[in-house]
This record gives sequence, C-alpha cells and structure tokens, in this order.
Amino acid sequence: MREITLIEATREALAAAMARDNTIFVVGEGIGPRGGNFNTTTGLYDLYGPERLRDMPISERGFVGMCAGAAMTGSRPIVDFMFVDFILDAMGELINQAAKIQYMSSGRLKMPLILRGCIGIGHSAATHHSGSYFPHFVNIPGFRVVVPTTPYDAKGLFATALVSDDPVIFLEHKSILFHKGAVPEEEYTIPFGQARVARAGQHCTVVAVGAMVGKTLQACERLALAGIEVEVIDPRTLNPLDIQSVLASVHKTGRLLIVDETFQPCGIGAEIAAQVVEQGFDDLDAPVCRLNGAYAPTPYSPTLEAAVVPNVEEIVRAVETLMAA
Amino acid sequence: MSVQPTTDPAPGQIDRSAALEFYRVMLTIRRTEEQLARSHQQGLIHGACHTYVGQEAIAAGVCAHLRPDDAVFSTHRGHGHALAKGVPPRELIAELFGRATGCSRGRGGSMHLFAPEIGMMGTSGIVGPCILQATGAGYSFQLLKTDRVGVAFFGDGAVNNGAFHEGLNLASICRLPVLFVCENNQYATEIAFAYAAGNPQVGMRGSAYGMPGVTLDGNDVVAVYQAAGEAVARARAGGGPTLLECRTYRTRAHAEGMRDVGYRTQEEVDRWKAQDPIARCRTYLLQKQAVAVEALEQIEADVQTTVTEAERFARNSPWPEATTACQHVYSEPAQPASH
Ligand SMILES: Cc1ncc(C[n+]2csc(CCOP(=O)(O)OP(=O)(O)O)c2C)c(N)n1
Repeated sequence: MREITLIEATREALAAAMARDNTIFVVGEGIGPRGGNFNTTTGLYDLYGPERLRDMPISERGFVGMCAGAAMTGSRPIVDFMFVDFILDAMGELINQAAKIQYMSSGRLKMPLILRGCIGIGHSAATHHSGSYFPHFVNIPGFRVVVPTTPYDAKGLFATALVSDDPVIFLEHKSILFHKGAVPEEEYTIPFGQARVARAGQHCTVVAVGAMVGKTLQACERLALAGIEVEVIDPRTLNPLDIQSVLASVHKTGRLLIVDETFQPCGIGAEIAAQVVEQGFDDLDAPVCRLNGAYAPTPYSPTLEAAVVPNVEEIVRAVETLMAA
Repeated sequence: MSVQPTTDPAPGQIDRSAALEFYRVMLTIRRTEEQLARSHQQGLIHGACHTYVGQEAIAAGVCAHLRPDDAVFSTHRGHGHALAKGVPPRELIAELFGRATGCSRGRGGSMHLFAPEIGMMGTSGIVGPCILQATGAGYSFQLLKTDRVGVAFFGDGAVNNGAFHEGLNLASICRLPVLFVCENNQYATEIAFAYAAGNPQVGMRGSAYGMPGVTLDGNDVVAVYQAAGEAVARARAGGGPTLLECRTYRTRAHAEGMRDVGYRTQEEVDRWKAQDPIARCRTYLLQKQAVAVEALEQIEADVQTTVTEAERFARNSPWPEATTACQHVYSEPAQPASH
C-alpha cells in the first residue's frame, strides 16, 4: 500500500468530504491560498475558493463564536488553529457556547463544528506553541476529543469528525505530522471510542497518548530484549474513552502505566487510573503508575525542553519499576 | 403572535395592520413581563428574571421584518426577543417556571430561551456571544445562497466586549447578512454607559468597521421599524451588515428582586417613563393611523386573556423528568456519555 504522511491523510479526508458536502467550510489564518501553516489545506483553495477556505484576521474568539453560530444554522465549519495554543483565546465561546448548545436546546440544534490544531512539545517552539490542553476539553461534557497517532487513524478519525454532529477537538501532534504510514486511497471511517492495540504483550499494559505512543513502542523494543512484553494501547479518542480495551488488557497483564506528555494533575492518566481502580481493581497486581511531562510551562532551550517531556529512557525505567512492584 | 412582514409601505408610511401588530406584540411583551414580575414575587420563578419593560419597541420593530427562517440570537434580557420572534407567552412563562412545556423544556430558564423551529436560536447568560453567533448565521446563509438574515440583540454592556469588535469586523470583511441591534438602555447593571465607554456613541462605531451605523429613538417603534427595514433589505440583497443603536431605557430593576436605587435618579426614571414606547405607539395609532379606540381595547383585552391563560398553563404544567437530565449532551442519544 502507498505511504503518506499524517497531515496528507487528514487532508485527503477533508478533500473528499468537501467535494461531497458543500456546507463544509474552513477558517483559519493562512488556510486559503497559502494552504495552511502545516499544509492542512494545500490545494483546496484552488478548488473551492474563499467562501469555503476563508482566511481570517487574528480574531480567535471571533471566528470560533462565528463558527458556532454557523454550525447551528446549517453549515459544517472547521476551525484550523494552526497551533492549538491559540484556542485558549476562544475558551468562552467553546465551553459556554459550542459545548452547551445541543443540550440547552434539548437536542433541537446540532453543533457540527471541528476545531483542529497542532499540539505538543518539540523543536524549541517554547511555551506559547507547545501546548496540548486535551485534559481541559475532556473535562467538559459536549466535546469529542481526538488524538490520532498514525496516518491511517488520522484519515479515518477525521472522516468521522467530518460527519459528526458534535463539536470535535482534533489534535495532531507536531512531531508526527510528517511521519509516513500505509493509508488506503479509498474513504473509510474509524468510530470514536475504539482504542487501538499498538503492540500486544502479556506482562504490562501501557496506555500512551499522542506522540508518547511512538516513544513507548521504542521503549518496548528495549524491554523485550530483557524479556518484558508490553501491551501498548493507543486510545485514539479521549472522549469517548474506550476504557473497556484498557480493562481487558489489564485483566491480562495485571499492571498499568499511563504515559502522557501533558500535566499530571486532573489529567487523562488520572482519569484512566481512577476508572481502572473502580472497575478492574481485582485485576491489578501493582499500583497504577503515571509518567507525565513536567508540571511547568514549556522552556525553549533544547536541554530544558528535553527535560520536561517523558523520553524513551524514562518510559523503560517506569515499566521496569512497575514490573518490580 | 409572530409579526408577518408586510409589503413595504412608502417611506414614512406604515401599513395600518402592521402598526396594529406592533401594538399587539409590544403589549404582549409588557403584560407577560408584568406577569413574570408577579410570579417572581410568588416564588414561581426559580432563577434570574431580567425584564424587557420599556424596551418593547425594539424587538417589535425589528422582528416585524423577520421570517421564521431568519435567526435571532439574544442576550440575558431576551424575553421580548423570544416573544416578538414568535415564542408563545405560555412557553416562555413555563420555561421560567422550570416546566417541561417551556420553550427550552426546562433546561434553560430566563437566560437560555430556544425555539430554533421559528429561528429563536437562543438567549445567553454570557454577554457578547450572540454577536458572534449571529455573524455565523450570516456566514451560513451566505454560503447556502439564501436571503436569510442573522440578528443579534445586545445591550450597551456588550459593545465594550471583544465579541463586539471581532464580530462586527468579521461580518464586515465577509459582507455578511447580519443586523447588530444594540439596545442602549444606558446602564449595564448599575454601571452607566457614559462611564464605561470611551466613545459612548455606539452608532458611530459602525464606520470603524466599515458598515452603516444608525442611532435612533428606540422607544419609537415606527423609527425602529423603518431603520430595521432598510437594514434587513440591505442584508437580504447582499449589501452586508448594519449596526443599529436604539436608545432606550429599562424602567424596572436590572433583574427582578434586585435593589434599584443609588445609581440613577427617580427623576430620570420618570422622564423615561413619560416616553413609554407602548403609550407612544397607542397615541400614534389613534392620531396618525386613525385607529378607533375600540380596536385598541380589543387588543388589550385579547392580550390580557392570552397572558392570564399562559400563566395558568405554565403553573399547571408538569416538571421535566429527572431521568432526562443528562439527555442531549451529545447528538446521538444512543451513544452513552463518555465517562
Ligand atoms: C461576560 C459577562 N460578564 C458579566 C456578566 C454579568 N452581567 C449580566 S447582565 C450584565 C449587565 C449587562 O448590561 P447590558 O449589556 O447593557 O444589558 P442590560 O442588562 O442593560 O440590558 C452583567 C455585567 C455576564 N452575564 N456576562
């Protein structure tokens, strides 16, 4: 099968949906003729013009609120934030409006709104261009939160987002945007709420999110040399969260580590740990462990930046510690 | 009781049946609000209640130009907009009573009134977002190649909020079919607009965004009707957005049950009460439209009956089932909530 990058994969899903559904439009800064800072819309402006690929002034709150209104009145807007850090300027419109409109209208209005942006630490982007923030959105009833890690998943999950009537936060980690993987040319969807087993193993379960999936798989190679077979679960969507897949794996392994680049308190690891303790306590042979990024803003200097993200070495050590527990 | 658009009269002239309809709409708002104020004192309303008393001419004059498929987005003081857009008084009162028959099925109360079937796209407990959402409706209507319009109603308190700046600029650069209706009642709670705004001439701000800005007497339903008519026609024809500043006054407290002293004088309140939009409309109908007083008395009696029955309907309506409290968080009811 041909191989394409993660960003090409989502663009393919977007192009197919835009060809079929003329209520879809994209707003963002530089998503028109420029094709997006991360090439998210390359080539689409030539096909669909400025009404459906609308360059925006630097008005994040404004265009998010506008797109919420558009989603209530018959169109399917996509907000392309480039860096997801800029979404913070629009939190009121998202949490108080987009997430609540379906509920407050007792289901009579829909909110088919996609909010996409690149996340994650790397390349000395420093603290205003390195955030992920998905725990914030997972905490809010009304959002879907998607964090794809392979080109194949990215295309299928984005296709699902493009037909969802719920607001979807779609977060692509910058460090994997240009990773290639096998992707079918035809269209397909991957339902939200189904985790992927990225590697099978029987000694220990690691749930990894975003760019941590790749690092965990690298760690697994080293651990396998020492005879430790790790099962790696990529949740793919954090809301809905496929806790059943995690429980099934823990039932087999008895041990659970969650690896996540974002801050630890009230994070996705805390949520997964709590649910596993509530529903799978008897399966656990050791306390649930978490490995997170440092609880600090993201620094610039390469040595400092590297110090705040979990690395392969730390994942290996965390698994070894868990196995010894 | 939504107002049907009438054939456009010659400038300066209003069709008599349209003028009578203004009266009916305004009076329905007034009597409903007075009923709500009484119900609030009786403890039948469970949350906030911001009445629209004194500002009725604006909702009536603007909504007279709107069709059910035009989209209205409103703010915390939104009962009048909902009624003028066609929400029946009984559904409004039932909503404030927290009943299953309310226009938001009891999920919203005073500040979250929804009736999307007739283009009432919601009032909001947050000042500002309605401006952006009406802009978004304009975006949809342009994209879908319709002649529908989006309308935002908001107070003077909203114009110093970033949503006003961003929304008007976006509507202008995209030339969207939107009306921005500022109801300048001169206070945001107890903060005078003259204090809060570096430039308190809201209408003048239109030019800052490259759109027409009009300041008018918001207690004169005919003036509102005419200015809104021009703006709606321009929007439907692809001529882009308009900012309307309607100068008005709320004659009751900011919200029912709130103290209403210390920030404005009784003399000022009385001066504005003398400019009551409904009394002025009545005089206009008798003098300029030569309507017989009996016709007005008939409307007055009809409206009172409607509101009395609406209150009874609301009081006798069932409560929402507690088991439905988590429905509609997501679009597919079959899908379980995530956690
Ligand atoms: C963003 C936001 N900040 C504060 C409030 C609290 N609040 C509710 S109404 C109000 C005053 C609004 O004044 P204005 O917009 O002029 O409308 P009016 O009440 O005069 O009709 C305030 C400050 C709010 N609802 N939303």
